[in-house]
Amino acid sequence: MGPFLETLIGGLMSGMLYSLIALGFVLIFKASGVFNFAQGAMVLFAALAMARFAEWLPALTGLDGKLVVNALAFVGALAVMVVVAWLVERLALSRLVNQEGITLLMATLGIAYLLEGAGQMLFGNDIYKIDIGLPKDPMFLFEQTFEGGVLVSKEDLYAALIAAALVAGLSLFFQKTAIGRALRAVADDHQAAQSIGIPLSRIWVIVWSVAGFVALVAGMIWGSKLGVQFSLSLVALKALPVVILGGLTSVPGAIVGGLLIGVGEKLSEAYLGPALGGGIEYWFGYVLVLVVLLVRPQGLFGEKIIDRV
Amino acid sequence: MKKIGGVVLDVKNISLAFGGVKALTDISFDVREHEIRAIIGPNGAGKSSMLNCINGVYQPQQGSVTLRGKTYRGMSPRQVAEMGVARTFQNLALFKGMSVLDNIMTGRNLRMRRGLFWQALHLGPARREETEQRAHAERIIDFLEIQAHRKTPVGRLPYGLQKRVDLGRALAMEPSLLLLDEPMAGMNVEEKQDMCRFILDVNDEFGTTIVLIEHDMGVVMDISDRVVVLDYGRKIGDGAPDEVRSSEDVVRAYLGVSQ
Repeated sequence: MGPFLETLIGGLMSGMLYSLIALGFVLIFKASGVFNFAQGAMVLFAALAMARFAEWLPALTGLDGKLVVNALAFVGALAVMVVVAWLVERLALSRLVNQEGITLLMATLGIAYLLEGAGQMLFGNDIYKIDIGLPKDPMFLFEQTFEGGVLVSKEDLYAALIAAALVAGLSLFFQKTAIGRALRAVADDHQAAQSIGIPLSRIWVIVWSVAGFVALVAGMIWGSKLGVQFSLSLVALKALPVVILGGLTSVPGAIVGGLLIGVGEKLSEAYLGPALGGGIEYWFGYVLVLVVLLVRPQGLFGEKIIDRV
Repeated sequence: MKKIGGVVLDVKNISLAFGGVKALTDISFDVREHEIRAIIGPNGAGKSSMLNCINGVYQPQQGSVTLRGKTYRGMSPRQVAEMGVARTFQNLALFKGMSVLDNIMTGRNLRMRRGLFWQALHLGPARREETEQRAHAERIIDFLEIQAHRKTPVGRLPYGLQKRVDLGRALAMEPSLLLLDEPMAGMNVEEKQDMCRFILDVNDEFGTTIVLIEHDMGVVMDISDRVVVLDYGRKIGDGAPDEVRSSEDVVRAYLGVSQ
C-alpha cells in the first residue's frame, strides 16, 4: 500500500504541472478558437526572461533578498509577456480576423519559432536557473501507518498547490465574469461578437496576456525543477495529450486530464514497467489519448459538436 | 396608432463593389424614428450587403450612412454597436457552446463598466453590476418566452428558438436601431407568427426602430410601414407596402414579364 500511495501522490503532483501547461492551450483555444502552437515557446520565453531578470537585477541595482528580487523579476517577465501578447495581436491576429482556424494555427507556428529565436537572442542560450526557494528536501507522511512512510517531494507539493490555485482562479474568472463571457463569445463567433460591441483586439490582448501569465508560472515552476534551457519549450509536448484528453475547450478538463495522465504514467511505470521493459512514461499519455479519441472524439469534457445536416 | 418621427437613418448614394462585381449601385433611402422599414428583393439583390454597410461590416466605396445626424465613414461594427445599432444574422451567429442566458448577457457587454481588475477579483462593484445586468437579461428572456431554456446550450435548441435567442441578444443591447437579417428564414408558419408578434412588440413597447430584410412577401406587407425593393443591386421601388405591391418594376422583378 505504501509504494502505491507514493506513486499515486507523485503522479497527482506531476499531473498538476501538466495541467498548468495545458491550461495555457485551453485559454487561447477557448478565446480565439486557435490551437496555440507557441505555448511551449511562451513558457521558454517567460522563464528565460524571469531567470535573466533575477540575475541582472542584483547586479544592476545592488538589490538583495531573494524574495524581492524574484518578485521583481516575475513582474518584469509578466510585463514582457504582456508586450508579447500585444505584439502578437497587432502584428498577426488583427490581420487574420474571420479567417479559418487552420490559418491561425499556422500563424502560431510561426510565432513559436519567432519567440524561441528572439528569446535566446535577447536572453542568451545557456542553461540558467530560477531559484524561488522551493524546498528540495522530501518529507514523509503516514510514518505510523506504513513502514518507512510515504515519501513526498516538498518541491512538487508546493508547485502543485500553486498550480491548483491558479487553475481554480482562472476557471472561476472564465465562468463568472463578464470578461470571461466575452472571451468565450469571441471564441465562438468573431463577427457576432463584434456586432454586439465586444472589442476583439482588446479581448485578444487580454487572453494572450493571461496565457503569457500562465506560461510564466509554468516556466517558473518547471524552470526551477529542470533549469531554464531550450528543452523547456518541449515540456509543452507533455501537455498535448492532456488537452486532447480533457477537451480543448474545457478548463476543468485540463485539470482532470493532467491528473489522469500524471497518475496513469507513474502507476503504469511502476506496475507495468517491469513487465514491458520500462519507459512507459514517455508514451503512456499518447496511447491513452488515442483510446479516448476513438470513443469520445471531443475529449472527456469538450463540447460536443452537433452539425445540422 | 403609433407615431412615426423624423429621419434617424439616412442612406445616401451607396455603391459597393467586390472587385468587378457590383453588389450595390447608388442606393438611397431613409428610415424614420419608430418605423418598421423592410428591405426586400429576390436572391442576390444586395439586401444583406446593404445591411452590412449600415452595420459597418462592409465599407461602401461611395455614398454615406448618417445615423442621427452623424455620418460615419470607416467605422468598425463595434463602433456602430456603440452608437446603439444592434443586429441579428441570416445564418445564425450565436455563441453555440454558451447557455441562452450567457448569450443574452453578452449583449449587455457594452453596458458593463467595471474593468478587468474588479472582475478578476469578482468583488463588490463588479458583482453588483453583474446582478443588475442579469435582471435585465431575465426581462428579455421573459419577453421572448424562453424561460424554460435559460441554461440550455444554444446549440441544442431547435432552429426557431435559436432565432429568438439571436433576437434576444440584440435586444439586450437596448438598441435604438435594430437590423434584422431574415428573421423568419426557414421557419414554419407558427414560428413565423411568433416572430412577427415579437417584432411588432419590440417596435411597439420599446419604441425601437427596425430595419428588416425578409423574403416572405406576406409577412413584409403585414408588418412593415415602408418597403425598399432592391433588384440586382439597384433600388427599384420605395414606399408603403400597397404602393410597392402595385409597382410595375417590382412585379417584373419578382414574377418576370411576358414578352
